[in-house]
Parts: sequence; structure tokens; C-alpha cells
Amino acid sequence: MSSSPTVASRLKGRSELGVALLLGAAGVLVFLDAYGLATPYSKSDPVGPKTVPFIVAGLLVVCAVLLAVNVLRGGKGEAEGGEDVDLAHPADWKTVLPLVGAFIANILLIDWAGWVISGTVLFWGSVWALGGRHYVRDGLISLAMSILTFYGFFLGLGIALPAGLLEGIL
Amino acid sequence: MDVFSSLMDGFATALTPMNFLYAVIGVVLGTAVGVLPGLGPAMTVALLLPVTYALEPTSAFIMFAGIYYGGMYGGSTTSILLNTPGESSSVVTAIEGNKMAKAGRAAQALATAAIGSFVAGTIGTTLLAVCAPIVVQFAVSLGSPSYFAIMVLALLAVTAVLGSSRLRGFASLGLGLAIGLVGMDSVTGQQRLTFGMPLLADGLDIVVVAVAIFAVGEALWVAAHLRRTPMNIIPVGQPWMGKDDWKRSWKPWLRGTAFGFPFGALPAGGAEIPTFLSYVTEKRLSKHPEEFGHGAIEGVAGPEAANNAAAAGTLTPMLALGLPTNATAAVMLAAFTSYGIQPGPQLFASEGPLVWALIASLFIGNFLLLIINLPLAPVWAKLLQLPRPYLYAGILFFATLGAYSVNLQAFDLVILLVLGALGFMMRRFGLPVLPLILGVILGPRLEGQLRKTLQLSAGNPAGLWSEAIAVGIWVIVAIILLWPLLLKLIRRNRPARSSLLPATSGATEPREVSGSVSHASHRADGSSGDGHSDGDGDG
Repeated sequence: MSSSPTVASRLKGRSELGVALLLGAAGVLVFLDAYGLATPYSKSDPVGPKTVPFIVAGLLVVCAVLLAVNVLRGGKGEAEGGEDVDLAHPADWKTVLPLVGAFIANILLIDWAGWVISGTVLFWGSVWALGGRHYVRDGLISLAMSILTFYGFFLGLGIALPAGLLEGIL
Repeated sequence: MDVFSSLMDGFATALTPMNFLYAVIGVVLGTAVGVLPGLGPAMTVALLLPVTYALEPTSAFIMFAGIYYGGMYGGSTTSILLNTPGESSSVVTAIEGNKMAKAGRAAQALATAAIGSFVAGTIGTTLLAVCAPIVVQFAVSLGSPSYFAIMVLALLAVTAVLGSSRLRGFASLGLGLAIGLVGMDSVTGQQRLTFGMPLLADGLDIVVVAVAIFAVGEALWVAAHLRRTPMNIIPVGQPWMGKDDWKRSWKPWLRGTAFGFPFGALPAGGAEIPTFLSYVTEKRLSKHPEEFGHGAIEGVAGPEAANNAAAAGTLTPMLALGLPTNATAAVMLAAFTSYGIQPGPQLFASEGPLVWALIASLFIGNFLLLIINLPLAPVWAKLLQLPRPYLYAGILFFATLGAYSVNLQAFDLVILLVLGALGFMMRRFGLPVLPLILGVILGPRLEGQLRKTLQLSAGNPAGLWSEAIAVGIWVIVAIILLWPLLLKLIRRNRPARSSLLPATSGATEPREVSGSVSHASHRADGSSGDGHSDGDGDG
């Protein structure tokens, strides 16, 4: 059983293989979807709706294979830097996951509770996730932002964001 | 076509009080958002797209012109005061600009950047007004085969030439093309990649895609790696320049403009190469070469001008051919289509007044930038101190608002999150974002041209090279694709040949010359790569 530790050690730190997997999966998906299209040959459209998806699928699969080979040979994508980015510490999931949570809460709430409530939740939740700890001040700012954008969009742009639960009050 | 009178009509449209107001709002918003760390011009335009929905197209594009230049200028302010360029085109500005700021000359650095941007922007926009109609005249004679070839060239050039890894560029392009496929096929009405969901039948809204990849992806990525130690921001007063600064700046401005515009107008030019070329040139020509590396004003003036001239150059293929060559132009093109305006060479004919109003407002925006930003620089510098939780929460908040207000359906927010996660992953693993965005935008149009071409040739693939120009472009495409291979061959052959033929007849001379030319150009490539990593290392 000497092969399994080497495989494991080869896979370690190669999370980029996941990217290759994603590309490959996307390629297969595009291929299968196009393959399932029923198209009679027509003279006015010799290319048809399948050709380009097949090419794209091919491109994705080829990239997936090449990327996998590249990563196994020690190739590495350069993580993007930036003004507020500090690549010295590893990805901080304790920040990202609550942030995504706030985002999902907004999606679930927006049509039912309305933008003013869901937007407040989104902004306050995001600030909290990113390390803001002035709960009251953050809450007031969140509420102000939501109400201002609600009226700003309605009066300034003529876009009626959903009022939801507060229908009639706003 | 009389350029001058069309342009005057454009000014007449753009200078009505309401439209002028929109230009002012555009410049102020663009600069304010562009100054914020983490927000490049492309993201600025994407985030502010929804704000323009309620306006009529002309006013909206006048505002865009302001946002465009404002966002560019905002980015350079950030890189001078923080030494952490938000995007690759201001990497070079940061090298000398931040050294100047540290040496107490932030005011002069900002002033030469602002005035240089104004000079370059004005010359660049003039060139745009002159060149675009000429390109259009040439372009209307092109048929589908040539168009198809040009679009393939633009996509490949951006993918293969820019960025550090060609492989990862193509992966990103593939993902973009796949996203572009989603929805109803325009010719047969077949549903592709919709998985039976009616909400996907109209395809993914390009605004949602752009906001997801640029804004949500960036916010999540920064959140994962948020710098916990506050950065040093250099305080700044009113920008001004002494007599000596003017003397040392004006030539670099003009030379930078000369580098910037042509590169910006090329399919894969971008602003990185001209800013770097300008920096190297100024360093070589300077009377004070010893100052380079310690804050030489030429090193800010030249690259900043090149950056802005490239920004104007980028608009030439965008307006004349409907070809975006950088992320900001891509998002603006998306805005065109969302107004039901068909980009392409017929744009000048069908939407003439709109296009000329846009060009006129580029001049106006440029001028406003100068008179608004010189006095307001200290205010912009304050914006850099915005607490980071508020900044990134705000980006997510406005990204959500923008994406939702397009169609008022929560489903778009799900797509926003999924593609935002994709954007996060791309940043983590070094996949460039630009090929994806261009793939989404150009993919469907590329397919349209391909089908039109083969329809004309009745399915014969030879139709693809049935025009002389198309053939020429395919040759360039082949060279770009095979370039690494050629390079390898040249490298392998060169030492062997020179050792074999130390002193033979003159017949080998030309070969030797061509060999060294390509070698030299490669060396330039290599050093530009070094320049980039230098800049990154600083940040």
C-alpha cells in the first residue's frame, strides 16, 4: 500500500486541482446539454445551435486537462493582490462564511420582508462579519442606508423596490 | 462625414444644463468610488450602471463618460497615496508616485497626475474623434468573415497576451463563453444550458454577471484576506506644482500620450505596456536619472498620461467596431446593449447624435476632472480612511441593490452569489477576470457572425477566409497562438547556429538579424514582467 500515501501527499496543497475539476465538469455539462438539443439540418443555418457549445466544451475540457497536468507538475496560479489584501495569512473563513450568510439572508428576505428590512440585515450582517463591533451605530447606519436607497430609487430613478412587511408604512 | 460639425452638435447636446449636471455627477461619483480602495474603474462603472437606468440613453452615456475618467483618476490617487495599486495599469504610477508622496511631495505627484491626465485625455479624445470615423469607414466594408476573424483575434489577444498564465487565461475565457451560451439560441429558439428554468431563458443579464465577478467576487476575496493592520496614508494638501515641476512634466505628458493611445486602440493593447514603456523611456531620457526610485516626477507624469491616453484609445475600437478591449469598455458595451443599442460599425450612422454627445462629454468630463479634483484632493484622501467593514459591506450592499434593480427578482441575487463565488475562486487561483467578461459579451456575437458567415457560404468552411482581410487576421491569430512555440524554436536554434556559423558568407546575415530582433523584443517582454512583479512586491 505504498501508493496511497504518495497519492495523498501529491494531492496535498493542490487545491487548484479543484479548478481543473470544475472546468472539466463545466465542459462535460456544456457538451451534454448541446448533445441533447434536437435540431433538424436547415440550409439557412448550417452551423446550428450545437457547434459553438461543442467548441466551448472542447476548450473547457482541454483547459481542465492541461491545468491538472500543470498543477501536478508544480504549477501554481498567482493569487490576486490588492489594496486591502494581505496574502500573508490564509483565507479567513470566519469572515467569509458569515458574509455569505448575510447575503443569503437578504435573498430569502427581500421579496417577503422588503428591501428596507433585508437591506438592513445585509449591511449590518456584513459589517459584523467584517469586524465592526459598534452594534448600535452600525445598526443605525444600516437602517439609514436601506431607507435612503429605498426612497432614492423610488423618487430618483422610479424603481419601486419591494416594501414587503412595511407596505403601507413606507 | 464632417467630424467637426458632428462634434459641435455633440457639445450642444452635452452642454444642456441637465446633461452638464449629469456629467458633473458622473465625474464626482466616478472619482469618489474610484478612490475607494479595491474599486477599479470597471467595478465603478458596473456598480453605477443601475443608477443610469432611469435616464434616457444620451444622459446616461454622458454620465458614463464622467464616471470613466473619474474612475481612472481615482485609481491613480489611491496608488500614489497608498502605494497599493488597485489595478495593473496604475502599478507603474505607484512606483515613483508613492516615493514622491513619502518625500513630502504628494501634492506635486497628484497635480502632475491630474494635469497629465487632462492633457493626455484631451489629446486622446481628439484622436478618438478623428480616428473613429475613419475606422468606421473601413469597417463598414468588412463582411461577416472579417468580423468573425477580428472578434476571435480580440478574444485571443486579450487571453494570450495579457496576464501571467496563458493556460489560466484560456480557462477563464472558456468559462465566460459557457456563461454567454446560457439562454435561448437566437436563431432556432432552442434553450441552451437553461436546465428547464424559465428564468434562465433570456440568458444571464450582463450587468448581473459583471457586478458578480467584479464586485461580489472582490468583496469576498478581500474579506478572506483583510489586512488587519491599518495602512499608512500620507496626508495631502492642495495639489500644486512649482515652475521646475512644470518644466519636467510637460514632455513626459506628451510622450506618455504618444505611447498610450495606439496601445489602447489595439485589441490587446491595454494600459500596462504603454505605462511601462513610458516609465522606461522617461528614466532613460531624464536629466535626473538618480532620482528614479526615489520619487522622480517624470515617472508619475509619463505613465499617468499613458494610462489616460490608453483609456481614450480603448474607446476607438469600442465605438467604431463594437469591440471592447478592457474590462471598463466591456462593461460600457454591456450598458449599450441594455439600452437596446447595437454596437458595431453602424453605430455612428444609427446613433450618431448619441455617440458624438458621448465623445463631447469625454472632453467635458476631462475638463471637469481637472477643476473638480485639484481642489478636492484632500477630500478624496479622507475617503481612503473609510473603515474597511463599512467599505466592503457597502460594496456588497450596492452590488445587491444594483443586480436586484435590473429585473426586481430575487433569482438574480442567487446568480450573483454563485458567480461571486466563481469570482472569488478565480482570484484565489490566479485566473484572470477579463477574458471571462469578454467571453460573456463577445461570445454570443461571435456565434452570430460565425453562423452568418457559413450561411452565406452555404456551409462551406472556406467561407471563413473568403475575404482578404480575414485571411490577414487569421495569420495574426496563428502567430499569437504559436508564439511561445516559435520563441522556443528561435531560442533553441540561436546558440546552435551561432556556434556553427562563426564566420560564413553574408547569406546568413539577415537571418541573424531577424533572430536578434525577436530576441530583443522578447527581452523587453521579460523586463516588463519584472516591472509588474516589482510593483506587486511593493504592495
